[in-house]
Amino acid sequence: MKKLLFAATLAFFAMVTAAHSSETLKLLTWKGYAPQQLVEKFEQETGIKVELTYSNNEEMIAKLRATRGAGFDLAQPSQDRISSVQAQYKLYQPLDYSKINSEQLITSMLEAVKKNTKVEGASYAVPFCYGTSGLIVNTKLAPEAKDYTALLDKAYTGRISYRLKRPTLIALAFAGGDDPFAKYDDPKAYKELMDGVGAKMIEAKPYVKNYWSNGDALLEMVRSGEVTVAMGWDNGGWKLHAENSDIDFIAPKSGALGWIDTFAIPAKAKNVEAAYKWINFILKPENAAVFTNAEKYATASKGAAAHLDAEVRDNINRSFTEADIDNIKWYPPVSAKIEQIEGKILDTVKAAQ
Amino acid sequence: MKNHIRLSLYIFLTPVLLWLLLLIVIPHIELLIMSLKGTDDLGDPVWTLANYRHFFTEQIYWYTFVRTAVYAMLTTVLTFVVTFPVAFYITKVVSVRLSGFLTIVLLMPFWVSELVRVYGWMILLRESGVINHLLISSGLMNTPIEMLYNDISMMMGLVYTSMLFMAVPLISSLEGMDDSIIEAAHDLGASPPTIFCKIIIPYAAPGITSGSIVVFMLALGNYLTPTLMGGKNSLWFTEQIYNEFIASFNWNQGAAFGFLLLALSSIIIWAGLKLTRQELGRALS
Amino acid sequence: MNTPVLQIQNLRKTFADFTAVDTLNFQVEEGSFFSILGPSGCGKTTLLRMIAGFLEPSSGTLLIRGKDMTTTPPNRRPVNLVFQNLALFPMMNVHENIAFGLRRQGLAGREIGQKVEAMLERVHLSGFGKKNISQLSGGQKQRVAIARSLVLEPSLLLLDEPLGALDLKLREQMKIELKKLQEEVGTTFMYITHDQSEALVMSDQVAVMNKGTFEQIDTPRNLYSNPATSFVAGFVGETNILPVQVASRRPLQVATSFGLQLHATAGIDLNDSDSLALYIRPESIILEPSDSMKHINRFLLTVQNILFDGSNTKLLATIAESDHEFTVALPQNQQFAHIAKGDHIQAGVHPESCRCFVR
Ligand SMILES: Nc1ncnc2c1ncn2[C@@H]1O[C@H](COP(=O)(O)OP(=O)(O)OP(=O)(O)O)[C@@H](O)[C@H]1O
Ligand SMILES: [Mg+2]
Repeated sequence: MKKLLFAATLAFFAMVTAAHSSETLKLLTWKGYAPQQLVEKFEQETGIKVELTYSNNEEMIAKLRATRGAGFDLAQPSQDRISSVQAQYKLYQPLDYSKINSEQLITSMLEAVKKNTKVEGASYAVPFCYGTSGLIVNTKLAPEAKDYTALLDKAYTGRISYRLKRPTLIALAFAGGDDPFAKYDDPKAYKELMDGVGAKMIEAKPYVKNYWSNGDALLEMVRSGEVTVAMGWDNGGWKLHAENSDIDFIAPKSGALGWIDTFAIPAKAKNVEAAYKWINFILKPENAAVFTNAEKYATASKGAAAHLDAEVRDNINRSFTEADIDNIKWYPPVSAKIEQIEGKILDTVKAAQ
Repeated sequence: MKNHIRLSLYIFLTPVLLWLLLLIVIPHIELLIMSLKGTDDLGDPVWTLANYRHFFTEQIYWYTFVRTAVYAMLTTVLTFVVTFPVAFYITKVVSVRLSGFLTIVLLMPFWVSELVRVYGWMILLRESGVINHLLISSGLMNTPIEMLYNDISMMMGLVYTSMLFMAVPLISSLEGMDDSIIEAAHDLGASPPTIFCKIIIPYAAPGITSGSIVVFMLALGNYLTPTLMGGKNSLWFTEQIYNEFIASFNWNQGAAFGFLLLALSSIIIWAGLKLTRQELGRALS
Repeated sequence: MNTPVLQIQNLRKTFADFTAVDTLNFQVEEGSFFSILGPSGCGKTTLLRMIAGFLEPSSGTLLIRGKDMTTTPPNRRPVNLVFQNLALFPMMNVHENIAFGLRRQGLAGREIGQKVEAMLERVHLSGFGKKNISQLSGGQKQRVAIARSLVLEPSLLLLDEPLGALDLKLREQMKIELKKLQEEVGTTFMYITHDQSEALVMSDQVAVMNKGTFEQIDTPRNLYSNPATSFVAGFVGETNILPVQVASRRPLQVATSFGLQLHATAGIDLNDSDSLALYIRPESIILEPSDSMKHINRFLLTVQNILFDGSNTKLLATIAESDHEFTVALPQNQQFAHIAKGDHIQAGVHPESCRCFVR
């Protein structure tokens, strides 16, 4: 009996170690950021299995905060959501930039991200891709929608959709002629500004069809014509443009909101080496191009442009003039308290009848 | 021998107790501690009741709770009104064979997840959805109307999601009812409405109570249906908790809301039981 | 004479192609205890449910106190039913159960209280009002069920085998109580049973039912001593049955297959060719009849067994020259205490106690 038990235990441990002997990379990322094609290629090249968990900025932070930075080897937060979170909760570990193949990166972007994610002398992120938020418009049904103010316009009653999230507040603040980023460090002024924006949103609430929370669901509503003016990501507008040339992404007059999504390594990552391998792998020009062709997001990879489809290059030229690009409002790092102020206003808007 | 039995009892109980301790007690203690913490003006962590105070001083928070609670009660009542005739029909009107079949038909939608069910409704009700399409192609309407994103569609979704939890206790309590009780009441001079109020309802009361408690708690704690089907006006208390945790990073406030939800819903249920003179033990047995 | 409480005219009930109650005609007199006695499945409950209003007759009419109530719903009939399984309301206590019908009549609370108390006393359950149904014994539940209906003072109280679920001892006791109760309150009882002793002990009139029809309606005594049909003769009371043929007429004489010839009586004219059944009650057998008894049938019995049952002790015997079993009731006195297994004994029976029916 004892022998049997012993044998069974041995067998059990053998199985457990066997299951663990193949290396894995646990990647906490956004939907679409790790195309199946690239995952397979990576697994073939390195023998490392990739485990994907899809998330968004808020949930990414909440997840890592709950485990104090454990459970994942690599995360992909937006660059503006790193420094304040890092200062408060210590979710990430400093990056060893010597392990990054920086030759294949756009230097100015790398430097900007380094600067924006600096906490106590160390930096925490490498840029991956970037894009903008602006308007997705059915230009045939809403030819006049050129700026965020269209989201509050009675003319589009029942045809408007946006996220009840901070980008909308910021966009509408810009549209009102203010610069919310300039007030990031002055909570009182920021609250005053956003209270004003909230009041306008409540006033215009009857015109909204719904507040979208799922990107695919939004695209479906625009595709079917239920929604003609929406705030959304540029790549979504471009995807729809490929199906229906009436629909397109429009860079708003008061400026598209620019974001950069990065790579950051959680504080208690188990397989740090694999994390660096993935970063260097996906930022190779030919790999980055695969991602861009599929998702329409440009990356920080220097040579990727040569591998892009013509259609993808056209997108940017069509939606952005030179002036529009200069006018992109890049998110600066979020400072403390800002999110609580915004949360309360967003709740109030949602509760308003 | 006796020791032996005791030992095996412990062995069997250990997983249950561990489960209770690890997954229920410990996290709740941690949440409780979290809910009692906050930061002072200098940003240092302190013990405080401010998170709880906020609930009562900020109109939007208790307003959302009241709204959620009222709608959850309404859901409970509507679910009962919708489910009772079905349960009665299944148990008392049709033959035994058919009743088994109908019960399965009733339970079938619950084999898929709530998310899928809610999306099913959305496909039916949306402006470019199936119902609008049928109405227009049959010439009954000219322009499609949006049937989603209002309180009615949200209530419908909630009632639909809750039906199972009302139907099962109702069916099981009505199944235990002898038909001759109804006949006896009829024979003693009771008209059909009187029979319903004085015999059937009191008889099924334990089932109604347990079904109502479950439905109320589920509706109160639901997140998916109100946010997806209710749309822009449907701020639900659970969504507020979610927002505190996820969007505002204010875990202390979120934890306090969580405990307030627990406490207030317990009070509502207790009051409901007192008002209808039901006992919790009897309802859950 | 008063109008009868219940008049049934050509009442029929068919289920699909099965006739459960077949063209009945009878009436029940005010204040009487009327029983319907019949084997399981003969249609008793069906008949009662039609009277109570739960089943609609396929044809025929039903008058209660002279008023046609064939299609009146149960809650409007001055008739109450005590169910086979009692059907007390488990979520109410004893008092509420009994008060239920009174409340429906819209009586004032005080009056209801008084009536319920009086009724509880009548059925010997004073002080039980607050008890729950589940706390009562079988006999007590029985009495609550009856009280619940009786308190409404119905024109006719229908009882569907109310004692069926009780054990033997309790059944004997309840039989007597029920009879007394009926005499005290004077309500007309219509009582259904398949137990002949219940019917005979309690009733003023008994209807014997078979396959949806009444075979005979009569007093218990007449049913027993003058059964109109072979079914009644066989069903009511114990009896010995011998297959016989006509041997001669005027006076009627019949013969068994083993050659025994007996003088007998018959209610109807018989043909020579009829195969008959001879019914002889165990207590009509006279053991060792004196020689002075003229005109009785005499034969010899061989004692096979003595079935001792106190006052109800019986002799199991075979008729001599055959193996035909025959039961004889022993008289109460110890006169035949000496009889033992294997004894041969003279027996006699009056021709009037030998009743012939066509088989
Ligand atoms: N709803 C019905 N459909 C078809 N047949 C029925 C129905 N109800 C009763 N019967 C049949 O009618 C016959 C008489 O039934 P009933 O219940 O009246 O018998 P009963 O005399 O009360 O018997 P018991 O002493 O066993 O209670 C039975 O053969 C029964 O199968
Ligand atoms: Mg019956």
